[in-house]
Amino acid sequence: MLAYIIRRILQSVLVMLVVALVSFALFRFVGDPINSMVGQETSIADRALLREQLGLNDPFLTQFATFIGRAAQGDFGISYRLQQPVMELILSRLPATLELALVSGFLAFVFGVGFGVYTALRRNGWVSNTIMTVSLIGVSLPTFLIGVLLIWVFAVELQWLPSFGRGETVDMGGWTTGFLTPTGRASLILPAITLGLYQMTLIMRLVRAEMLEVLRTDYIKFARARGLSNRAVNFGHALKNTMVPVITITGLQLGSIIAFAIITETVFQWPGVGALFINSVRFVDVPVMAAYLMMIALVFVIINLIVDLLYYAVDPRLRVDRAATRH
Amino acid sequence: MTFLARMWDSDIAWSFRHSPVAIVAAVVALIIVLGAVFAPWIAPYDPFNSASLNLMDGFTPPGEPNQFTGNTYLMGTDNQGRDIFSTILYGARISLFVGFSAVVFALVLGIGLGLLAGWRGGWVDSLIMRIADVQLSFPSILIALLIFGVARGFIPPSMREEVAIWVLIVSIGLSDWVQYARVVRGAAMVEKSKEYVQAARVIGVHPARIVLRHILPNVMGPVLVIATIGLALAIIAEATLSFLGVGVPPTQPSLGTLIRIGQQYLFSGEWWILLFPSIALLLLALSVNLLGDWLRDALNPRLR
Repeated sequence: MLAYIIRRILQSVLVMLVVALVSFALFRFVGDPINSMVGQETSIADRALLREQLGLNDPFLTQFATFIGRAAQGDFGISYRLQQPVMELILSRLPATLELALVSGFLAFVFGVGFGVYTALRRNGWVSNTIMTVSLIGVSLPTFLIGVLLIWVFAVELQWLPSFGRGETVDMGGWTTGFLTPTGRASLILPAITLGLYQMTLIMRLVRAEMLEVLRTDYIKFARARGLSNRAVNFGHALKNTMVPVITITGLQLGSIIAFAIITETVFQWPGVGALFINSVRFVDVPVMAAYLMMIALVFVIINLIVDLLYYAVDPRLRVDRAATRH
Repeated sequence: MTFLARMWDSDIAWSFRHSPVAIVAAVVALIIVLGAVFAPWIAPYDPFNSASLNLMDGFTPPGEPNQFTGNTYLMGTDNQGRDIFSTILYGARISLFVGFSAVVFALVLGIGLGLLAGWRGGWVDSLIMRIADVQLSFPSILIALLIFGVARGFIPPSMREEVAIWVLIVSIGLSDWVQYARVVRGAAMVEKSKEYVQAARVIGVHPARIVLRHILPNVMGPVLVIATIGLALAIIAEATLSFLGVGVPPTQPSLGTLIRIGQQYLFSGEWWILLFPSIALLLLALSVNLLGDWLRDALNPRLR
């Protein structure tokens, strides 16, 4: 058990080191860092002095170690394009992304489970068939196209909802929130649906498949034989037992939601971290790219680590499997 | 029996003839592919020849004569007076080229590493599969975006436009090799222990020849299924990156680029600039996806 945990954590650290190496290589070898920092009129002597002061003449490993030390403290330097500290930029835009991800994750979970249960219980009804067909098209539609079509229908034609930005936000000690104003809440609806739709279809299909599986088992037949109401059997017995895999998958999808937020934020000009990253790729703003790379890798590594360790703790069969697959 | 007659009688062909969804999907996909391949001959206008463009033709609604020039366009024109139908044909050409190339790249890389891992085993296998595991825990669109961003950083600015399309192909390909490698590795490990491989070894066939001529043909079935669905995913990935403005250069607009341009004119009422490229992309992705689903069911009846 302990050996597995240690190996798993070491693996995560290794992944982070590789990502850090890529980020560092970006910093060090894309263009000349000095040129990106100073203006045209700086003399060659001043440049050499700056180069020495910044430690750019140090051996590679020393520079890499310094980079990791700074990154661990959240210091990624100054954005080439916006001339602001990168960490400040990311922190100021993080609330927008997290609020969006939270709301769409919530929508995806609630509607995914609801539709999943409904389509499993009324397998051949026309409502179920409609839901399944629409979800098939929904999966084939790229996220950005869903966003654009929603804007067309609800913002341009019907003019019910705003098509870009966060609306009015309230600053609560460094955390800007859109939850407290009417325009803030209205602005959240279309991006949240766009971002959550794919995850919703995924959760729905999973819940449906698991429910159909569980409904066929003996203990459900036995529960019915005991004369329990449909409600008690479906929700008390069947749904409860489908939720374990559903919750783990949803947890794993959290990372995907943050990744797909890049697309949704660009479509809706949502002032979040993803839009910041896309612009940094477009303008080759290396410090922002490097910081985002490290941040997103950290989020994924932590989520995967937690899920793996939870699995290990919850499911004893896994321990046997792992021992068997090792030679 | 001739080759064609044998094809007609095969299981796959029978299953195809009896699946209306597959037939419709194949016809739609074929029309788009043919339209893209023969775009220079089919397209009524050359959208990239600025000499033939007339700005007065800009924003012509579909099927209606332009109010200044009186020209009529099947799907209307964009802001620069380019015929939308022609830009879609050329755009599909670029989308399909990037999609196909990315899948071929991912196939070669994935099959190569998968065969190597499955045949050699040991630390080579562990190393390749560890990398695959790590990569699989990130969504592929994110991987493609990150590789594209990093690669762009390393390329000198003067060359970025020219090589953008190749960088894009490599990024999407690198984001997608894992599934091929995993399937091929698994199948190769099974095949390796079968008698025909042992027999080939005993009579002294070169290992490279065993892997390529004996094992590879036996693992290609599932790989083809994944590659078909992978093509739909690659086309969507390309469209997404181009829509985000980090894919193909604006001088070579793909379907994703056209949709991005169309979105800018949504509020001023020129809906056709957005609608027709969107429909083209949707039909392309959906038909390839459905073909992949059908192929999976046809090759493996147990999965039905």
